[in-house]
Amino acid sequence: MTRPLLEVSDVSKRFGGVAALSGVSLQIPRGEIVGLIGPNGAGKTTLFNVITGLYPPDSGNFSLDGRRYDPESIHRVVEAGIARTFQNIRLFAQMTALQNVMVGRHIRSSGPHSGPLGAIFRTPTFRRNERAIAEAAQSLLHYVGIGALSQSLASTLSYGDQRRLEIARALATDPLLLALDEPAAGMNPTEKNTLEQLLRRIQADGRTILLIEHDVRMVMGLCSDVTVLDAGRVISRGAPRFVREDPAVIEAYLGRGHRHG
Amino acid sequence: MKRNAQLGLLLTGLALFLLPFAAGLLGDAWIRILAFSLLYMMLALGLNIVVGYAGLLDMGYVAFYAVGAYSYALLASPHLTDHFPVLAQAFPAGLHLSAWIAIPLAAGLAALFGVLLGFPVLRLRGDYLAIVTLGFGEIIRIFLNNLNAPLNITNGPQGLARIDPVRLGPISFAEPLSVLGVVIPSAQLYYTLFLLLTLLVMLISIRLEHSRIGRAWMAIREDEIAAKAMGINTRNMKLLAFALGASFGGVSGAMFAAFQGFVSPESFVLSESVVIVAMVVLGGMGHVQGVALGALLLYAIPEGLRYVARPLQLELFGAEWIAPEALRMLLFGLSLVLIMLLRPRGLWAPTRGGSA
Repeated sequence: MTRPLLEVSDVSKRFGGVAALSGVSLQIPRGEIVGLIGPNGAGKTTLFNVITGLYPPDSGNFSLDGRRYDPESIHRVVEAGIARTFQNIRLFAQMTALQNVMVGRHIRSSGPHSGPLGAIFRTPTFRRNERAIAEAAQSLLHYVGIGALSQSLASTLSYGDQRRLEIARALATDPLLLALDEPAAGMNPTEKNTLEQLLRRIQADGRTILLIEHDVRMVMGLCSDVTVLDAGRVISRGAPRFVREDPAVIEAYLGRGHRHG
Repeated sequence: MKRNAQLGLLLTGLALFLLPFAAGLLGDAWIRILAFSLLYMMLALGLNIVVGYAGLLDMGYVAFYAVGAYSYALLASPHLTDHFPVLAQAFPAGLHLSAWIAIPLAAGLAALFGVLLGFPVLRLRGDYLAIVTLGFGEIIRIFLNNLNAPLNITNGPQGLARIDPVRLGPISFAEPLSVLGVVIPSAQLYYTLFLLLTLLVMLISIRLEHSRIGRAWMAIREDEIAAKAMGINTRNMKLLAFALGASFGGVSGAMFAAFQGFVSPESFVLSESVVIVAMVVLGGMGHVQGVALGALLLYAIPEGLRYVARPLQLELFGAEWIAPEALRMLLFGLSLVLIMLLRPRGLWAPTRGGSA
């Protein structure tokens, strides 16, 4: 068996007296779509935020692609190859769709030209770099299906398009792992379908996806592997079929006393 | 660029350089008003980098103006050599730093102070940031006010006088210059220099705005967490915004000291910071042309009223009903309220979030 792309172990995180995560481990195999589910308050988003560098963990080991990374500084995490979207969309509202994606591209195109002098003197390297950033961003907008909207302000896009734009912006950082926090929240069935197709395509193009999602049908359809959290601990892990039958999972969602079937 | 646009730009530039000849017909005071408006434009453009682009509300921006003014004043006036015999021995002819060295030096020093302010406030936003920066502005002013003992460095509230004017070869900007029979007053020489500097500041602002740096600043302004999550090093970008914004203020300050020949802490009070913020907000945050317009209106109109209000009232009513100073503040306040009601995004707001 090949080594998983992402390996985290013994992750703990407390908020005051509340243990949001205690000793959580997670492995994400390369090239798969992996689901992270659990009832409300289980710690999904906390784990997600710790992995992507938003919250500093109290403890834990983190490695991506066989290399340890330090989740203390977000831009290092992005540099290492993890990009994310947010549960409540966080776009740069007063910037165009194209600019939003261009910002994501910066980290993969920095160099001596990226300082203020390059910008002030418009050096040839600077201009070439700006063109490359814009082209990469435009092609990503096409890739997620909103290529025609590149000059629209992000705040004027429809809800579904804003979700896609967020994915395009995350892809611009050229991540090994794309982490999506409830990407289908608030979408209608048609929008969900197109989103599923997009995620399959991103997977087919060689990226690994971590997905937090409430829509069980979508998780079961997309994910090869599901990890279930409850009260800050992993209670089950495996193929969707297996997880769905797991009594611990059923108990977490429905409470004690229920029997499946 | 289109040919017409280029021609238009050339003509506008030419008109700006010739403007003082027209203003001079009304009196030299008007040329001084124009020159000062340019100093305020530089200040507003500098603050625009911090507030307009990066979205960091700085209520103590006048501190950088003070740093620029005092660094030139100290290095181009007899004050230091008068009070420190060691320096007098080292520089028997006095310090007399050339303004051409002082401009980049003031920019650099102000940038350093910008970073100094930036570090402790990296984690602050909004109201909290405003309060801390406001305090920073006051600290600088109080330092200048009190650094006359035990060592007399700033000469305290009396300020520094006898500051050298700008010199270009044999030409001293303090004296009128006569070219082929046309006499160009001192204020106009300064105006021309300030205009060149302001245009340079505008060019730098626009180029930064339309670059990865400008995009990163705007991303921080729009959503700092999302900007971080896109791999933007928000710490460095914020410090860069503070440093570059401050450097424009420093240049403006050095020019202020040379133009006035005198500086004192009184010129760097909190209300100056407030006016500069008002210029940026009123003109249109994040829009270079808008901010320049805001600075021009908020400086030139109240100043102009000083000269117009009294004669106009005498002419119309036969008596002075409202003192010019009161009228100035009244109209100032009224226009602020009206503009915020009618054009909340500023007089000349950016059409989009700035272009790529």
